[in-house]
Amino acid sequence: MNEVNEHIAINHGLKKEEFSKICDLLKRTPNLTELGIFSAMWNEHCSYKSSRLHLKKLNTKGKKVIQGPGENAGVIDIEDDDAIVFKIESHNHPSFIEPYQGAATGVGGIMRDVFTMGARPIANLNSIHFGSPQHPKTKNLLRGVVKGIGGYGNCMGIPTVGGQTSFDDSYNGNILVNAMTLGLVNKNKIFYSKAAGVNKPVIYVGSKTGRDGIHGASMASAIFDDKIEEKKPTVQVGDPFTEKLLLEACLELMAGKSIISIQDMGAAGLTSSSIEMASKGNLGIELNLNKVPCREEKMTPYEIMLSESQERMLIVLENGKETEAKKIFDKWNLDFAVIGKTTKSKKIELFFDNNKVAEIPINILAENAPIYDRKWKKTKLPQKIKFNKDDFKKLKTTEVLKKILSLPNICSKEWIWQQYDHTVMGDTIQKPGSDSGVVRVHGTNKAVATSVDSSAVYCYAHPLTGGKQVVCESWRNLISCGSRPIAITNCLNFGNPEKEKNMGEFVECVEGINEASKFLDYPVVSGNVSFYNETKDKGIKPTPAIGGVGLIKDYKKMITMDLKKENNLILVVGKTEGHLDQSIFAINILNEKKGPPPEVNLFNEKNNGETVLKLMEEGLINSAHDVSLGGIITALSKMAIKGKKGFKLNKLKVLINKFDYYFGEDQGRYIIEIEGKNLSKVEKILKDNSVYYDDIGLVTKNEIIIDKEPILHIDDLIKSNMSWLKDYMDK
Amino acid sequence: MRSAVIIFPGSNCDRDMDVALKKFGFKNQMIWHNDMEIPKSDLIVLPGGFSYGDYLRCGSIAGKSKIIKSVLEFANSGGLVLGICNGFQILTETGLLPGVLLQNKYQKFICKNVHVKINDKENKYFKNIKKEVLELHIAHNEGNYFCSDDELKSLINNNQIAITYCNENGKEADRYNPNGALSNIAGIFNKNKNILGMMPHPERVIDKSLSSDDGNFFFENLIENLK
Repeated sequence: MNEVNEHIAINHGLKKEEFSKICDLLKRTPNLTELGIFSAMWNEHCSYKSSRLHLKKLNTKGKKVIQGPGENAGVIDIEDDDAIVFKIESHNHPSFIEPYQGAATGVGGIMRDVFTMGARPIANLNSIHFGSPQHPKTKNLLRGVVKGIGGYGNCMGIPTVGGQTSFDDSYNGNILVNAMTLGLVNKNKIFYSKAAGVNKPVIYVGSKTGRDGIHGASMASAIFDDKIEEKKPTVQVGDPFTEKLLLEACLELMAGKSIISIQDMGAAGLTSSSIEMASKGNLGIELNLNKVPCREEKMTPYEIMLSESQERMLIVLENGKETEAKKIFDKWNLDFAVIGKTTKSKKIELFFDNNKVAEIPINILAENAPIYDRKWKKTKLPQKIKFNKDDFKKLKTTEVLKKILSLPNICSKEWIWQQYDHTVMGDTIQKPGSDSGVVRVHGTNKAVATSVDSSAVYCYAHPLTGGKQVVCESWRNLISCGSRPIAITNCLNFGNPEKEKNMGEFVECVEGINEASKFLDYPVVSGNVSFYNETKDKGIKPTPAIGGVGLIKDYKKMITMDLKKENNLILVVGKTEGHLDQSIFAINILNEKKGPPPEVNLFNEKNNGETVLKLMEEGLINSAHDVSLGGIITALSKMAIKGKKGFKLNKLKVLINKFDYYFGEDQGRYIIEIEGKNLSKVEKILKDNSVYYDDIGLVTKNEIIIDKEPILHIDDLIKSNMSWLKDYMDK
Repeated sequence: MRSAVIIFPGSNCDRDMDVALKKFGFKNQMIWHNDMEIPKSDLIVLPGGFSYGDYLRCGSIAGKSKIIKSVLEFANSGGLVLGICNGFQILTETGLLPGVLLQNKYQKFICKNVHVKINDKENKYFKNIKKEVLELHIAHNEGNYFCSDDELKSLINNNQIAITYCNENGKEADRYNPNGALSNIAGIFNKNKNILGMMPHPERVIDKSLSSDDGNFFFENLIENLK
């Protein structure tokens, strides 16, 4: 066997000090297999060594939380013994190298995290971010990622009900692909990864192990250089068909009582799954690697332990249940092998060809993994920009509006989500392109609303505010469809944590997320950190993605965003100050990229949201939409486009400039459509709750009437909004 | 009325079909692909999904599975066999229906509502149906129906073209054809019209809360005709 030295350790992504720490802890030099195991467990992706100190501070508790972070996914209570299991995870690095497989296996991995806990997946979402549309790689990456997400989710038969796509130069060398899954489980039948009991059989099920994905987790913990193409072999290959079989087989086995614990083999494959189960159970684990079903010949212990072949699970069974369990996996044509047992030793012990090839105390790998309190730099709140209002005089609202609706980051993403099966399972009642995706809880009157958001531009300008803002936006998206927000999952995509600026962005975004999450009682129940999103010294904008889940108790009361009826009134709930800095208007129309993001007032956010929910519960709202990028008029236009209706705006009664009013991105606002006869009731509830509102206009048949500007037809807005992405991709 | 839904490994619309059939009064049973026999049924459904991963070619492996022999026997003795999406692909692979389903013209998976026109009512599926144009849902990557000129002629001459893509008023045109299917074909019968293969999913549109509820017309009418 190869002699292990510092040089080999460094090639495994370990730091010099980390290698000497390993030698100290082991009191000897590890062999190559052991070094591989350390590198897999101690990399950033698996050990959270740079983030753990900060993640600990997150608000993870709440009345509805059944399981917070630390398990395969978070679990929340949605009443009547039903629970939702959900999590978001990144697959950024592999997707840049091989977009189809990278994205596909990202989707496969997150679904496994969810059904490992006994839940049947009921909805998928994704948050995907690409470089500038002009960048030569963008088009192919987008095409590949979308095909990969669809290829996997569609085949599994899980609807993809929501998502988010953005373009920004900072992703030119590092795209982001975050996949999220929600599953439904009976709250008394949740499965965990903690092993218990000695001498229990350890079972391997699913696909065979191949040489794909070896060191995938280490790759995800490194920055890219010119040689990334060489890393293609570290990208795993997905087989959604096998995963579908694995899902059905696992759920069938879970219906019985033979499973003690179960863990999917995700990042760092057999290594992290076996160590995690043993570590949580405070046990040892012994594996005979000759028993592991292998796809390729002559695989070494090192390769078997580090393979990231997909669609595999590790199960600790009750004694004597092997035959019963094997029958199920035989039925589904999946491999089933007893590969080891739990032990008292508190070590991981590996055997191959009758030799012991590795022996490491579990606590060294797990609890003793390095933790870094990295240095970080605070980002100062930028000075507010003094916009020259004279510049606005040349602009026409309608022209600006059309331009904004066609911007890559605002335009309709139908080209993308039409490639995702969003209706399979027959319970999708609000499809992609809405504030939230909504699926019914099968066979009940309940529905679950879910969305995923991120605001990298705001987070880059001021991470603390940006972190708060993105949680609030998630909350608003859920409220807009009439659901009560319950909890979130976060995918924290950042640059290089060894750089003070990037680390500072992380720390402050997390602080912002935490602050908003606490105030709104909207706890974080699961998540994932992706650092080192950096190529040749250029890092991405900080992009925490927040996936939210809310409950609608009676789905017949769900609200949609499409304008419903001519002559209905349009109200803006929440105060508009006209914050233009960092807005779509400032950046894209005025080419002004400086200034602070809009301020987040958590009190107003909560009060406005709760009040809108009250109005909905009273049946007073016909449609609603949250105001975000592009301000009031963009939000209203999207409602009009969806409902194929027009709108007429009243003469402004406010003192601020109309561009400030229409395009400002102040937070905590919603647009609601109500019937004229309900106005006094609505006003009373808003006033009783001290919520500021403006009555801005009414719904028309199909005309867009703004001031004395030429009247537009709704088809003009539809055309502006629908064309860009389609033309970009297909022409 | 009794129905049976065949589950192949990789089927994923089996539950949706089960829910729909039961909603409209069928006593439905789920049949595993490795079974040899199908219990006495008035209707057999091959559901949508990715049978056997759709590796090799969509529906091709399912077309050779154990259960298919019983399906063939049932179909050849005049029993009603309905194939939706992947089920349609399987039916063409077994030779019960002519033609093939190629990849969509724009080489993308398409998930959206479409309108289809019912072209023939002299059959158990559409006799007396209360609506001529239905808003159904498609979700497929290989729905681009194709067959030889002779086969097409024969389909036309025998009124075997069951449903065609159109707009909400029943007008056919290229722009209403989502996948490039020959003659806007969305579904066809065999000569005896006891076998129907169609790309759209009626089982996904059976409720006002869903993207359409025109699937109700299809199922209500089907069970009525079987009584």
